[in-house]
Amino acid sequence: MQKTFNNRAWLLVLPVVLSVAFSAIIPLMTVVNYSVQDILGPQQRVWVGNEWFVDTIRDAELRAAFGRNLLFSLEVLLLEIPLGILIALGLPATGWRASLALVLIALPLLIPWNVVGTIWQIFGRADIGLGGYFVNNVLSIDYNYTLEANDAWYTILLMDVWHWTPLVALLAYAGLRAIPDAYYQAARIDAARPWSIFWYIQLPKLRGVLLIALLLRFMDSFMIYTEPFVITGGGPGTATTFLSIYLSNIAVGQFDLGNAAAFSLIYFLFIQVFCYIFYTIIERVGQGSKG
Amino acid sequence: MKSQRRFSLGSIGIVLYFILLLLPIYWMFTMSLKTNEEILGSLTFWPQNPTWANYRTIFTEEAWYSGYINSISYTLLNTVLSVSIALPAAYAFSRYRFLGDNHLFFWLLTNRMAPPAVFLLPFFQLYQNVGLYDTYWAVALAHLLFNVPLAVWILEGFMSGVPKEIDETAAIDGYSFARFFFRIFLPLIRSGVGVTAFFCFMFSWVELLLARTLTSVAAKPIAATMTRTVSASGIDWGLLAAAGVLTIVPGALVIWFVRDYIAKGFALGRV
Repeated sequence: MQKTFNNRAWLLVLPVVLSVAFSAIIPLMTVVNYSVQDILGPQQRVWVGNEWFVDTIRDAELRAAFGRNLLFSLEVLLLEIPLGILIALGLPATGWRASLALVLIALPLLIPWNVVGTIWQIFGRADIGLGGYFVNNVLSIDYNYTLEANDAWYTILLMDVWHWTPLVALLAYAGLRAIPDAYYQAARIDAARPWSIFWYIQLPKLRGVLLIALLLRFMDSFMIYTEPFVITGGGPGTATTFLSIYLSNIAVGQFDLGNAAAFSLIYFLFIQVFCYIFYTIIERVGQGSKG
Repeated sequence: MKSQRRFSLGSIGIVLYFILLLLPIYWMFTMSLKTNEEILGSLTFWPQNPTWANYRTIFTEEAWYSGYINSISYTLLNTVLSVSIALPAAYAFSRYRFLGDNHLFFWLLTNRMAPPAVFLLPFFQLYQNVGLYDTYWAVALAHLLFNVPLAVWILEGFMSGVPKEIDETAAIDGYSFARFFFRIFLPLIRSGVGVTAFFCFMFSWVELLLARTLTSVAAKPIAATMTRTVSASGIDWGLLAAAGVLTIVPGALVIWFVRDYIAKGFALGRV
């Protein structure tokens, strides 16, 4: 659509800017404040400059948590994106079955995050949970997510796939429905195989929604907190101590505000830069294929 | 012949996926109908002596049901606020170019990326200083942070689908902007408003970390109430499961009403 240049449009945007800025900029400034001072008491604070930042970057445990979280996000994306596309391709397109499928698929998305944790905490237990019982007694694999590091990791991963694949599937489904019928008719005339229809028509047309899915899933899995906190509490040991859990341990548990603030700024910056680069690359690629 | 087989393979996969999807939820539901003796005693696929006792506890004790009322109150407040301030902004993004519009949009989206765990303390201090701590308003305002960008994004997509000629015709016919917006424009994007409201409701309903931090007694959300099930004698699994099941109900009701618009809502998004 041809848009006219009009700076008075800022007046319409103003309520949004003000309300978001209130909850975004003031807390962010407080964090910046913590990150350069040592807060000893309500009235006592010492300027420490970049000491917290240097400290934080050298913290081996923090680096481990960072690496763990990066690996987790990578695994989440590799599992959820292809699975979501597959599900979207398999869903019925019209009729009551489509409505029912959409409602059922969206169900995990509407469960409060701590309840998602509770569901899997119950489901995975060997004594009272169906999932844990099945793995232990039917598949006879020794499985206990509160003791075994690997089991805890896979439980969280499986929970995240269960919880968030529906979002990818819904996005992909919406993208598929938006493809005009003419494309499929042309493909039929050319006697194209299903695989080439997918590769040359459906996948390129899904680029937009998949970008959203990727960004949302990356951002959210990188700051995962509530669910592992409920299921494993970060354990056993540090096996599922993701970044947010580690950060809140040092901020709330040990009250090391300086360290926590310094790292959360680095953390925030990292996600922003990553998303910006990613966003720009995909936009460029998209423009190239259009022209 | 070949395509027939592919189709059936796909259907089996989908059915299998739905079973796996529903199994954990089913498990929690059956657990909520069992007594604690049965839960801890033996593994049963359905309750042997179904009991509503867990639900009765939740509906009769004020400490329990007030949690649900609080959660629903701030969620609705947030939904109304998000949609009403996002409407004019989305209109601006869909109709005009202005200084810094793309940067502003990316900035709005970046607010979804702030790691919540460490921003809790600043949030707590901020809302205590402005005197909103432990009110519905505190949670509703804090949730604007991630709901408003999303609302603007979805609404903008719907508004861009309405031809600009409609705006111009209305202006020529002597409609004032306010009258045009409410009488003509809003009815045209009705379904978009519905979808947006749904997503705002959903994200505000599932977020509990901020909600728990910004409240203590008067506006305590259901998530905080659920920790009551842990006592000296262990966890009351049946009650915990019943409370969990009840948190799914409002979302399931809302989704039923907007089921036909969900797919459309994303398809018309900005990207």
